[in-house]
Amino acid sequence: MTELERKQERAPVPSDWTYAPAPEARDIVTLREQYGHFVGGEWLEPKETYTTISPATEEPLAEVGQATPEEVAAAVDAARSAYENGWSEIAPSERAKYLFRIARILQERSREFAVLESLNGGKPIKESRDVDLPLSAAHFFYYAGWADKLEYAFPNQRPRPLGVAGQIIPWNFPLLMLAWKIAPALAAGNTVVLKPAETTPLSALLFCDVLRQAELPPGVVNIVTGDGRTGAEIVKSGGVDKVAFTGSTDVGKAIQRELAGSGKKLTLELGGKAANIIFDDAALDQAVEGIINGIYFNQGHVCCAGSRLLVQESIYEPVVDKLKRRLTTLRVGDPLDKNTDVGAINSKQQLEKIQQLVASGAEEGAEIYQPPCRLPEKGYWFAPTVFTNVAQSYRIAQEEIFGPVLSILTFRTPEEAVEKANNTPYGLSAGVWTEKGSRILWMAERLRAGVVWANTYNRFDPSSPFGGYKESGFGREGGRHGLEPYLRLT
Amino acid sequence: MSRLPVKKTYKLFIGGAFPRSESGRTYEAEGQNVARASRKDVRDAVRAARGALPKWAGMTAYNRGQILYRLAEMIEARTAEFAELCSGRPEVERSVDRIVWYAGWADKLAQVLGSSNPVAGPYFNFTVPEPTGVVAVIAPDEPPLLGLVSRVLPALTGGNVVVAVASETRPLAAIELAEALATSDVPGGAVNLLTGRRGELAPWLASHMDVNALDLTGADGDSPDLERAAADNVKRVVHGDPDAQSPWDIASFLELKTVWHPVGQ
Repeated sequence: MTELERKQERAPVPSDWTYAPAPEARDIVTLREQYGHFVGGEWLEPKETYTTISPATEEPLAEVGQATPEEVAAAVDAARSAYENGWSEIAPSERAKYLFRIARILQERSREFAVLESLNGGKPIKESRDVDLPLSAAHFFYYAGWADKLEYAFPNQRPRPLGVAGQIIPWNFPLLMLAWKIAPALAAGNTVVLKPAETTPLSALLFCDVLRQAELPPGVVNIVTGDGRTGAEIVKSGGVDKVAFTGSTDVGKAIQRELAGSGKKLTLELGGKAANIIFDDAALDQAVEGIINGIYFNQGHVCCAGSRLLVQESIYEPVVDKLKRRLTTLRVGDPLDKNTDVGAINSKQQLEKIQQLVASGAEEGAEIYQPPCRLPEKGYWFAPTVFTNVAQSYRIAQEEIFGPVLSILTFRTPEEAVEKANNTPYGLSAGVWTEKGSRILWMAERLRAGVVWANTYNRFDPSSPFGGYKESGFGREGGRHGLEPYLRLT
Repeated sequence: MSRLPVKKTYKLFIGGAFPRSESGRTYEAEGQNVARASRKDVRDAVRAARGALPKWAGMTAYNRGQILYRLAEMIEARTAEFAELCSGRPEVERSVDRIVWYAGWADKLAQVLGSSNPVAGPYFNFTVPEPTGVVAVIAPDEPPLLGLVSRVLPALTGGNVVVAVASETRPLAAIELAEALATSDVPGGAVNLLTGRRGELAPWLASHMDVNALDLTGADGDSPDLERAAADNVKRVVHGDPDAQSPWDIASFLELKTVWHPVGQ
């Protein structure tokens, strides 16, 4: 803290601004003391539980189940029985209507979900309100319309559902990742067993209430909560026909190994270390906004985060200056405050990982910059951080930090930018900033990444396929292509 | 006095050249001594393939289509030789026709597999298929020519480069195919053909960190181990049909790239 205090003296921010908090009302959310597993349309009393907290305050929010192998098996059985006793036979147009209903209910209850998402996950309310919730509802609405049009999406391929989909999602966009998984699975006619992340189970549990409101037949969607052990049970389960996982590359590889020889269909959406590339003819102020959005959106807990900034050498100084100045205006604090730009780190474990990687950056010789900002005493927090003087070999330039930490490197030619951008085992996303159209397309062609944002960053849409090259995984989510992982074809 | 025939030495096909196995070993198949590729040969083949990728993937799709068509011409001209190395003339003809069929796909894939996406905002957004990179093919033993063609062509048509392990029991058709490839305009290294013991070669390909996808059509019972090794770098694993002919087989070796750009003045 003393170092931050010292820096505050030369902060370009007026020191006499007093800040009036603008908290979002929390009472729209009613939490139960304990949640079980949602199996066959009923709440199953959990055998074991753990406490889920708010990472911003470390305040306990509720007791949730740590699903045992028996409980996972019950969920898989419920999904199997729902699949065989009706769901796969139901008219696709009726299946569509359930999904439309879910989309509508999510829109109606979006404030409640947004508050809960910020409470349990630590992300700023303005992001959960303006990004997570609208996109979650949109995802269900988009895939609803596909349910009775599959033969047009896959002509001559006789699209049929696979059966039971086991889905394991991360903690960075809990409800949105649930939507990305459940919407296409149901549209394709499958049933689902989904496990939300250990640290962020509450929005998935509230979603069960939406399923009941939508009168979705029991067992079509089953939610079990718990840590990695629960996820491993889902992956191993003989009753699961398809596994979809979003999370770390290490766990993704372990799942791929586990499923070797099983014949189960698998999709993996794993880590990333995206390059955000700024050419000297870019609109600099817009690019700086894009850099900020690219890495500090959701505290950098984003697999496609633009965590490596590649700046053309001739504009290195102005870009770094503008960036540092912009950093000082980021408001870090209460996720439920409507003005907050950067919320809490999702968990103690994640905070420690970030701290460790940041320490390695300083050790290896990079220069660290953090804007002056007072971090709350309780909870898990990390100041927005920029590293300059970064070599490609440094861990902060190679490993996914999954936090608000940007590593800046430079390049001279477009060829060098491409080579540096591609110099990682990952290939999820990339950004390019230049006013030259032909160069955008030239770069887009050569960047080995599943999503390329040109003169923008971190845009998402249900109609736009998302997914990685190389060790960032395989399979796409979103768009017509996002149906394919949930269908048996020809 | 009858003429003494000039007999062929059966070698590997790596980087457009015909080297002997680095191991110096051969094995007997179809009554001939055939090169028995080693781990080092696998590494050389992957390196050659990676080196050829920018050239092959960087060509226009129209150009790739013409080159594959030319390959069909080369094989057609050698129908008699090929017929002796597989189940006969019909297998050769089907192989030629299959190559012609794939040749015609090269410049249509993006239209069938890609999309423009109507996102809810002022952005132009499109998705295009791209090659995944280096594809390792464990070809089925049978049919020796058509099986190899059916697995290599889908990968090649999409702009990928290939390292294929030929039928272990009947490798001569693969060597003949290498000779046709060498006289076609397929760049050296874009297709590499290894003969030898599948059990010795497949594990190195499955675990190679510079291989992007693995076609296990001919791997039989070894599949689970190979799939496990493939997870080391998240390879795309494909179990194909030895007699497949489908654009979805091409798609299984493709990545999808989505590009966003704002629309504004």
